[in-house]
Amino acid sequence: MARYAREVAVVAFAQSDHLRRTDELSEVEMVMPVLHQVLAATGLKAGEIGFTCSGSSDYLAGRAFSFTMTLDGVGAWPPISESHVEMDGAWALYEAWVKIQTGEADTALVYSYGKSSPGSVRDVLTRQLDPYYLAPLWPDSVALAALQAQALIDAGETDEARLAAIGARSRAAASANPHAQLSGVVPQGEYQVAPLRTGDCPPIGDGAAAVVLAAGDVARRLCERPAWITGIDHRIEAHSLGLRDLTDSPSTRIAAEHAGVFEGPVDTAELHAAFSSQEVVLRKALGLGEDVSVNPSGGALAANPIMAAGLIRIGEAAARIHRGESDRAVAHATSGPCLQQNLVAVLEGDRA
Amino acid sequence: MTAPSPPEILRAPLVVEFPFTRSLGPVQSAFLTGLREGVVLGVTTADGKVMVPPVEYDPVTAEEIRELVEVGTTGTVTTWAWNGSPRPNQPLATPFAWVLVRLDGADTAILHALDAPGPGAVATGMRVRVRWAAERTGAITDIACFEPADSQDTASAAQAAPHTGEFADAVTGIVAQARLDYSYSPGRAQTAYIAGLSERKTIGERCPSCHKVYVPPRGACPTCGVATTDRVEVGPAGTVTTYCIVNIKARNLDIEVPYVYAHIALDGAGLALHGRIGGIPYDQVRMGLRVEPVWTEGGRYPDHYRPTGEPDADYDVYKELI
Ligand SMILES: [Zn+2]
Repeated sequence: MARYAREVAVVAFAQSDHLRRTDELSEVEMVMPVLHQVLAATGLKAGEIGFTCSGSSDYLAGRAFSFTMTLDGVGAWPPISESHVEMDGAWALYEAWVKIQTGEADTALVYSYGKSSPGSVRDVLTRQLDPYYLAPLWPDSVALAALQAQALIDAGETDEARLAAIGARSRAAASANPHAQLSGVVPQGEYQVAPLRTGDCPPIGDGAAAVVLAAGDVARRLCERPAWITGIDHRIEAHSLGLRDLTDSPSTRIAAEHAGVFEGPVDTAELHAAFSSQEVVLRKALGLGEDVSVNPSGGALAANPIMAAGLIRIGEAAARIHRGESDRAVAHATSGPCLQQNLVAVLEGDRA
Repeated sequence: MTAPSPPEILRAPLVVEFPFTRSLGPVQSAFLTGLREGVVLGVTTADGKVMVPPVEYDPVTAEEIRELVEVGTTGTVTTWAWNGSPRPNQPLATPFAWVLVRLDGADTAILHALDAPGPGAVATGMRVRVRWAAERTGAITDIACFEPADSQDTASAAQAAPHTGEFADAVTGIVAQARLDYSYSPGRAQTAYIAGLSERKTIGERCPSCHKVYVPPRGACPTCGVATTDRVEVGPAGTVTTYCIVNIKARNLDIEVPYVYAHIALDGAGLALHGRIGGIPYDQVRMGLRVEPVWTEGGRYPDHYRPTGEPDADYDVYKELI
């Protein structure tokens, strides 16, 4: 223990229902109920929160500075201590965790959201690629994931039937998740970009998520069984796919080592694997055995609100600890093409 | 007044276009100029690895790398994916394979498209060659795509050879063109506001907690952080809370300068919106002036505001709204 200066825990988690379209809701209208829910779970008022951090991307909805509007849902006047990352909310959580570690805050509200329905998300995501060598070719997110899937198949690490089984297992698990966009039996469908079929790809949708972090005794006061973040780390590897071994994720492995994943057994893993093939890579990097419950929420294959799906992994892992269904969970978030950047957190509950 | 029924949610096409102008470093400049000249260049790292496409810093050691080499225009597919339904702007309009290709003499792979008749004609390990674009400008698209190589290409597998990277009239920048199409919906609150304007009414929303009326409404009270669902009509008249005199004519704007641009607190509103003041000499506009909107035929929002002729509002009435 004592990896860090302060004990910090996830004390509450809330998420929206994830839907294909939410035309009737502006971004703040989508985010606000989730903020109210997560604060209500702790009994805290917005003005009592020490630090607020959000994650989102303006490219999804095509609106500049859209995140500033969502601050209306927090109650940002009079001014609050606030920050934003143009990334998945898991990285906003990392920033908030650092803020608490420095002693500048005892509590933090972290939220993120993605409204993919206004645009064509496959085309939109090409704009996050290297503008010199990749973006002019418009290789979409499914195409890049399919290259990784074929590399895994060529290496003998999976095949199309085993990939289909990952999608089926995820959506079956999502039957118990009322927020999921896809659950139950979903047809494997046609090839999107071969070897990936519809069932290997995440649904496109709109959604939001929020967590509350708290330090030490504050966490114990706000939550019956806090989900202590006993380790957290994030690493990045080369952007260029041709420089990387697509069948492996060294950045996930290094982040996991630094977060202490391998120092004890884990019972739950919430993996931000938007494509079935990515679960194969992540299981290997994290050394997960068959006894670990992987994505009991259904994972990103059941609901993938971009910029929130990673934060949801941390929230789902924490919620299992809150409910007493897990003692030591690993949560993972990713960003960039083919698992370029990876964040790994270890969450633990106090043992009875 | 509370509006009777929520209007149908508005939707409209929204286009985001951006031509980012980007400068190139020495390595990227040499690589893209090389493509224009039909030459593929890479860089050699300190441990002798040849990277194509070239990067300026070693991804492992972060060392600066500048040593250019020329590699072959034939290579080997290291992985691939069959794209049965090409999307707009992709290199080929007919079904093709995305490929990572390790060019002869290189140790890393380049991403591009492979023109092949079907997925049965593509395999990891297959030999391919560059198909050059008919017109080349110094961009990654100067490689039109790859195509399957024949046995003659295979026999002449190239080694990496030193290259100065110097060309006449080097490309030093690119313009990264992009266009994204959206279908924008402003959501419930702003739809009500826009729908109200079509009837020449200004609709705000009241916070149930602090009772402030927001106009235009955005659906939430930024002070209380709660939804503002109680719709109220404000105005039409209002009070100038502050203003400025505009002396420079904006391009394509058919308004004589100088003119006055003002913050106007509409009656019943909890904050001011802004608009142009007309119907009064610019140097007679003042704080507290009472104004009303002037609509033009077919206008979708007030063209400007003009004096109502009422006595000026007392400062205490609007001081909280400045
Ligand atoms: Zn209020």
